[in-house]
Amino acid sequence: MRILVIEDDQETAAYLVKALSEAGHVADHASDGDEGYAMASHENYDVLVVDRMLPKRDGLSVISELREEENRTPVLILSALGQVDDRVKGLRSGGDDYLAKPYAFSELLARIEVLARRNTPNEAETRYRVADLELDRLARTVTRGGETILLQPREFRLLEYLMKNAGTVVTRTMLLENVWDYHFDPQTNVIDVHMSRLRGKIDKNFEKQLLHTVRGAGYVIRDDG
Amino acid sequence: MAKGSPAGKAGGRLRLLRTTAFKLAAVYLAVFTIFAAFLIFYIAKNTTQLLTTQLAEAVDQETRELARQYEVGGLSRVARIIDRHSRQPGASLYLVTDPNGDIIVGNVAAVPPEVLARPDSDLHPIPYRRLEEDTSADHVALVRVFALPGGFRLLVGRDIGERQRFVAIIRQALILTVGLMVVLGLASWLFVSRRVLKRIDSISATSRQIMTGDLSGRLEVTGTGDEFDRLALSLNTMLARIEALMIGLKQVSDNIAHDLKTPLTRMRNRVEAALAHPDDGGREALVTTLEDADQLIRTFNALLMIARTEAGSSGLAFGEIDGSAVVADVVELYEPLAEDAGVSLSADLPDEPVMLYGNRELLSQALANLVDNAVKHAGEVVEDAHVTIELTRVKEGVELSVADNGPGIPEADRPRVIERFVRLDESRTRPGFGLGLALVAAVTKLHHGELRLEDAAPGLRAVLALPNERALTDDAKSSEAKDQAAAAVSGGGKGA
Repeated sequence: MRILVIEDDQETAAYLVKALSEAGHVADHASDGDEGYAMASHENYDVLVVDRMLPKRDGLSVISELREEENRTPVLILSALGQVDDRVKGLRSGGDDYLAKPYAFSELLARIEVLARRNTPNEAETRYRVADLELDRLARTVTRGGETILLQPREFRLLEYLMKNAGTVVTRTMLLENVWDYHFDPQTNVIDVHMSRLRGKIDKNFEKQLLHTVRGAGYVIRDDG
Repeated sequence: MAKGSPAGKAGGRLRLLRTTAFKLAAVYLAVFTIFAAFLIFYIAKNTTQLLTTQLAEAVDQETRELARQYEVGGLSRVARIIDRHSRQPGASLYLVTDPNGDIIVGNVAAVPPEVLARPDSDLHPIPYRRLEEDTSADHVALVRVFALPGGFRLLVGRDIGERQRFVAIIRQALILTVGLMVVLGLASWLFVSRRVLKRIDSISATSRQIMTGDLSGRLEVTGTGDEFDRLALSLNTMLARIEALMIGLKQVSDNIAHDLKTPLTRMRNRVEAALAHPDDGGREALVTTLEDADQLIRTFNALLMIARTEAGSSGLAFGEIDGSAVVADVVELYEPLAEDAGVSLSADLPDEPVMLYGNRELLSQALANLVDNAVKHAGEVVEDAHVTIELTRVKEGVELSVADNGPGIPEADRPRVIERFVRLDESRTRPGFGLGLALVAAVTKLHHGELRLEDAAPGLRAVLALPNERALTDDAKSSEAKDQAAAAVSGGGKGA
């Protein structure tokens, strides 16, 4: 997919462009707010990665102007400010996700990939399916190979989020944010325990494993075929 | 020295003139002088009028009486009466003249002839001389001239020297009062401004001393409870806060240096080794390094979070939240972890929602940290480890407690564990970066609450005492700030 990185720090930008290319994406770079705005409004990108503090025009105003022009490209805001209210401000100006610096690239990549899926029809589907695992969002039921799997409400939401983004790596932080609505970092990896429970319910008695741990990044649910 | 002192004195005088006390004194002086002058003029005017009326009445009465006597007994009778009256002390003035203007009888030496020419006119003041007394002195009298039949003139008058003396007394009183006021005003201004300047100078001197780096200095509080004491108290509170922050900052930087250097060095060494032998487990080294780097980022994020919470970012969304829901969510998050660690995690919640005023995110994180700690420590007790969360409504607000039956914390160590990076486990082999309780303390403080560490016998009970929403109204906030400040001052004193 095509990604525009609007970031004034040359080294960070060069690293991001290179790393994104290596992950199989096409990344462009703009080094200030004006240039970024011009590129974003003329070209067709799948995701914009916008630094909050930019020369000439700050990131939030770039985003709100794009939104005023009905430009719906998903935006990930990067910021050195990680406070809850900064996040709220960022999302209010039209950003779709917010990542505080310092961050791990795996986290950034996972978020970009999930953001890019927002424009796919998957969002509106009422049924998710990965191999023989099926999740019905309306009936709130999960079956695998026709067998019903009983899940706790939270486990259901966890699986729902994973399946919505099937094939895409989601990080622990993303799970905490989207399933628990927590934007902090618990000191212990509580998520891992929840994941191993979920795995126990959906994968344990089946030969084909669907829920995978991606080391140093997070989790992914996919049909390896 | 001898040269410098007059200049210094002049400077001092100039400084005195520039003080607020001087300006105030000048304004008060002007106002009171005007007021006193008005009062005195008012009294003088009215009293003079009263005296004049009385004089006029007396003169009129005597004139009428003499005129009546004249009708009864003629000129000789009038002359006799005048003669008799004249001998009495403090007598009126009398004068009877013939048509030619010559004096027939009377006790007045000379009056201006034009006075006698206009009979029956109003009372008017004239200069005169008495006959029988010291004739050289000029007196002033209020007289009325009455025309008797046959061209005779009768003059009756009263000396108004008394009235004039009274006016003089009043005038003198005015001058004295104003003079005294000026003197007293100047004196009190001098006294007040010197005292004020002395206090201000002392405050400035202490401030300068503090600015040079001695943060333990405090402004003098005299104990009189005046505005300077109040100022000094609030400045001292501020200083205590600054000192606490500075100490905190220093501790953090020391601890960062100490705590982050180790993993950084470890990472560096691993990368170096991997570079030297790229084929020998190079990938494994990179993965571990990545994990270490992530851990460092998490530590930094936790530190930033604490710093921001402590700074009390005002933009944070505070609102009515259900404490029970916060607890239930955190319990739900940690339940599997606790179970895996062989710890039974239970929550004792009231049936109805416990509404409290705060930030869900921060309180959740604080609670998560406490539960995390409790599960870790209680997990060390092999059998029957349990962690209990309680949410109770008390008179002052809401108390949220997390108790475990682990080894607990010795009483002497309890204040210390709240500090950043402090772990009682000196070997630092257990997971966690020692930031948990520091964040809990910061969150509690932001909610105007109190974090207590108690003995759960066995184990540790951490209590978050959060005040009622009502207690968070502005004045309560300020009084609480004062309490905190007082505590900080006493704490700071101990520290220093």
